[in-house]
Amino acid sequence: MPTTLFDKIWNDHLVDQQDDGTALIFVDRHLIHEVTSPQAFEGLRNLKRKVRHPELTLAVADHNVPTTDRSKGISDKESKIQVDTLESNCKEFGVQLFGMNDKRQGIVHIIGPEQGFTQPGTVIVCGDSHTATHGAFGSLAFGIGTSEVEHVLATQTLVQKKAKNFRINVNGKLPVGVTSKDVILQIIGKIGTAGGTGCVIEYAGDLMRSLSVEQRMTICNMTIEGGARAGLIAPDEKILNYLKDKPMSPKGENWEKAAEYWKTLKTDEGAVFDKEINLNANEILPMITWGTSPQDVITIDGKVPNPENEKDEDKKNSIERALNYMGLKPDMAAKDIKIDKVFIGSCTNGRIEDLREAAKILKDKKISSNVQAMVVPGSGLVKEQAEQEGLDKIFIQSGFEWREPGCSMCLAMNADKLKPKERCASTSNRNFEGRQGRGGRTHLVSPGMAAAAAISGNLDDVRKYQN
Amino acid sequence: MQKFNTLKSIPAYLPIVNIDTDMIIPKQFLKTIKRTGLGKNLFFEMRYDDEGKEVKSFLLNQNPFNQSKILIAGKNFGCGSSREHAPWALLDFGITCVISSSFADIFYSNCFKNGILPIIIDEDKIKEISEYANRKEEISIDLSEEKIIYGNNAIKFKIDPFKKKCLLEGLDDIALSLKKSDKIENFEKSLKKTKPWIFND
Repeated sequence: MPTTLFDKIWNDHLVDQQDDGTALIFVDRHLIHEVTSPQAFEGLRNLKRKVRHPELTLAVADHNVPTTDRSKGISDKESKIQVDTLESNCKEFGVQLFGMNDKRQGIVHIIGPEQGFTQPGTVIVCGDSHTATHGAFGSLAFGIGTSEVEHVLATQTLVQKKAKNFRINVNGKLPVGVTSKDVILQIIGKIGTAGGTGCVIEYAGDLMRSLSVEQRMTICNMTIEGGARAGLIAPDEKILNYLKDKPMSPKGENWEKAAEYWKTLKTDEGAVFDKEINLNANEILPMITWGTSPQDVITIDGKVPNPENEKDEDKKNSIERALNYMGLKPDMAAKDIKIDKVFIGSCTNGRIEDLREAAKILKDKKISSNVQAMVVPGSGLVKEQAEQEGLDKIFIQSGFEWREPGCSMCLAMNADKLKPKERCASTSNRNFEGRQGRGGRTHLVSPGMAAAAAISGNLDDVRKYQN
Repeated sequence: MQKFNTLKSIPAYLPIVNIDTDMIIPKQFLKTIKRTGLGKNLFFEMRYDDEGKEVKSFLLNQNPFNQSKILIAGKNFGCGSSREHAPWALLDFGITCVISSSFADIFYSNCFKNGILPIIIDEDKIKEISEYANRKEEISIDLSEEKIIYGNNAIKFKIDPFKKKCLLEGLDDIALSLKKSDKIENFEKSLKKTKPWIFND
């Protein structure tokens, strides 16, 4: 029987299956960070359990780390305890850690691919919902809770029920100025934040094949915003070229064997999907979010919705609530939304290509005097690469701050946050109430759109500034 | 893990859709290295004003809802981040059952690891039982019978049999999986042969 890519990876990882369908699946790669792991390690310690495969586990501190000068350490007491706890846990249990001053340090979903820890056909988990990012390599990657982190540490397996198969085909070519961020925002707008609940999404179609590896990561990254735990794309030559000679990629004979296997990883012709939708890439425009859910999307030429036009009472209430929180008026044009801050970074858009895209728009321009803007590279290696290319200078000369790597203002656990009612054009993934700071207002956009907003001082069309 | 069998309480009803885990417990409280003590910060931003005072109009600040063990909420409850701090905060507040017409996957699974029962019922039934919250009347949950009992009525709900067993008996997932160690070992042996690069051998 023809099977999907997800079916193949799933079947290949079944350790045990009960009659009721509950399965025990093997985990090939486990990423951990400081926020969702301390209670898991404590659980192991209390019951004198060990980490079954420390060599399949990789740790990094990213959520809490300061993005300013790190020579003085972390000033926030609680953040420091959490980062120190990760360090001592890794030492005690023999897990490799990229410490805060290691140049390989960065956002967990950026360093996995960068090191070649992320590989096609594997099951990858992390106590973070954006683990789906790694699906860009044709792996089954998903976020888990802390109890599950403990379960994986102790057994290298997870108890799961198989999800449904959902395929999203995107065919065609993206217009100039439109990026994979716009594609995924468009998809979430179409399926809704619960559209993928209970499913694993496979992104297919000729657009996916034409996208770079990093652009694919942006798409898979935001799968959770459409409700699906995992999103994946069949691996191809681009993935093999990306992984070749990465520090943790297979070497020599193992590379040959792995590459041969990776090439088999695709959905069979005629495989059945529980759900399937099609999108035309040619019709996608630069997108922004106007509300407090990632599904609240409009194009940059569009208008904020009017609750009066909504017949469904629940939807009407939620539009009203969102407009009120966001401080927006019904029917106002997207381009009339003035902003105070710009944030470029996060596991969604903190990679080198994202920085290049923003720098291209900012070159020889100044940002609006009303805007405070920062770039937080996704990892130390991204930062180094950007500096070699002189991108840091373009950002700084335009008026951006150039920071140290971490999650930063995507979730505002460190010092980088919005003040109440401050409005931000952000390349991150969530525009929830309070996400970037209590009372803060977030508009999700692509890196180019964030750069355009910084120059104009309001949400604006990136195509206006294409050099 | 705490066992779950039956529960009786006046439910609290939050008629908001897409309640995300940032709303349930905002990031500043994720800096803890403990599982406990998060209850006072549950729904922090709706519950307290800028000076940290309780917002009187917020439901969970009002008697008897500040004692509710059952929360009824709009669809797609628990979307967003995977933080298990969300169920920990609910549990610490005293809520051990959440009723909605749909849940986000990770939150749903996290509930079961903490002795919390998430119940899925149709939207029209949500409206029906939310009346009990409005009238401040108790409803009961019977997990073994898979029933919500309210007044003289009862609604059946569905739950995965294995998850039900784990909740009823308060079973430790890890101990159960460790009983399958031989199967895990066999899997690893064969993995080393078929995909030697996984262990970098």
